[in-house]
Amino acid sequence: MTGENFGMNREKHAFTSGIRDGIPIALGYFAVAFSLGIVAKKAGLDPVQGFISSMLNHASAGEYAEFTVIMANAPYVEMAFVILITNIRYLLMSCALSQRFAPDTPGIHRFLVGFGITDEIFGISIGRPGVVNPYYNYGAMAIALPGWSFGTAIGIVAGNVLPASIVSALSVALYGMFIAIIIPASKKNRIVGGVVAVSFLVSFAVSKISLFDQMSDSMKISLLTVVIAGAAAFLFPVKEGDGEDSMDTDEESSDYLDFEKEEL
Amino acid sequence: MTHNIYLYILVAAAVSCLIRVIPLTLIRRKIKNPFIRSFLYYVPYVTLAVMTFPAILDAPQIPAAGILALIVGIIAAWKGVNMMGIAALCCVAAFFGTGHF
Repeated sequence: MTGENFGMNREKHAFTSGIRDGIPIALGYFAVAFSLGIVAKKAGLDPVQGFISSMLNHASAGEYAEFTVIMANAPYVEMAFVILITNIRYLLMSCALSQRFAPDTPGIHRFLVGFGITDEIFGISIGRPGVVNPYYNYGAMAIALPGWSFGTAIGIVAGNVLPASIVSALSVALYGMFIAIIIPASKKNRIVGGVVAVSFLVSFAVSKISLFDQMSDSMKISLLTVVIAGAAAFLFPVKEGDGEDSMDTDEESSDYLDFEKEEL
Repeated sequence: MTHNIYLYILVAAAVSCLIRVIPLTLIRRKIKNPFIRSFLYYVPYVTLAVMTFPAILDAPQIPAAGILALIVGIIAAWKGVNMMGIAALCCVAAFFGTGHF
């Protein structure tokens, strides 16, 4: 539990688990990145540029914004600002992950795990019990990031080949992955469930209020996250002690124990 | 003036990387403040929820397909289907929800 036994076997096992859990992510990414590739093509990127962009940035909303900036031939400073705003949630995720690292984890692991943060990789690594094992993240990155990047490149080459009905259906794959993270957590913890429900409602309301029309989608996401998570933290503070673990019901605590045995 | 696409990509990559890496490398100890701890606990669920809804309605060709995909996804997740299964079921739901039979 303290994560002190980073033996070779444990690292290997974590890496394999990461690959296993990364496969569905990679498939989903491939489908989503494919449609991102269509946008990249409009912005004038060739497949190699799309691949490099996706390997380095690996962010759906962020890259969409990136291609919009390229399309507009805007100044580089604007690129920096737009990326800062669209990807600000990764700053929050990085803060959250820092609390799940063993304090003595070397800087290189912190850098590499940080570099690999995406919504889904964050989701699966925060969903595991105990401290973060960087090798689990490396496993997930090793399969998911190429899936994302090849998807983008192939989307640039062949984006217009697939029928619209198929592209339309594939476009919800990303949201399916988000649902796969938030719903099980809501089932286990009623407060999380309530917070998720409120998030849905407020997000829907904001999309309908013309006052917010000027604001970009990524800006809305960042703002709503800060406001709703802040209100939840104020109203339903996580009990002092084990942080996440203290919020679990008995039933789930035993799940955690079983899971850990398997991991060790 | 015309800008270089590679330089654009590099600027975007550098900013993304800094955002992701700075907190992880600088915050080396457990945050004690209960408010910040609780805030960070709720962040991932809130951010994923607001990204999902109502955006899922606009992703497919018609909103009804998005609603169907959302409902099917929630039920599947509640029943314990794994991540890939949920994503696949959502795609199938969106396909049929658009009226392709």
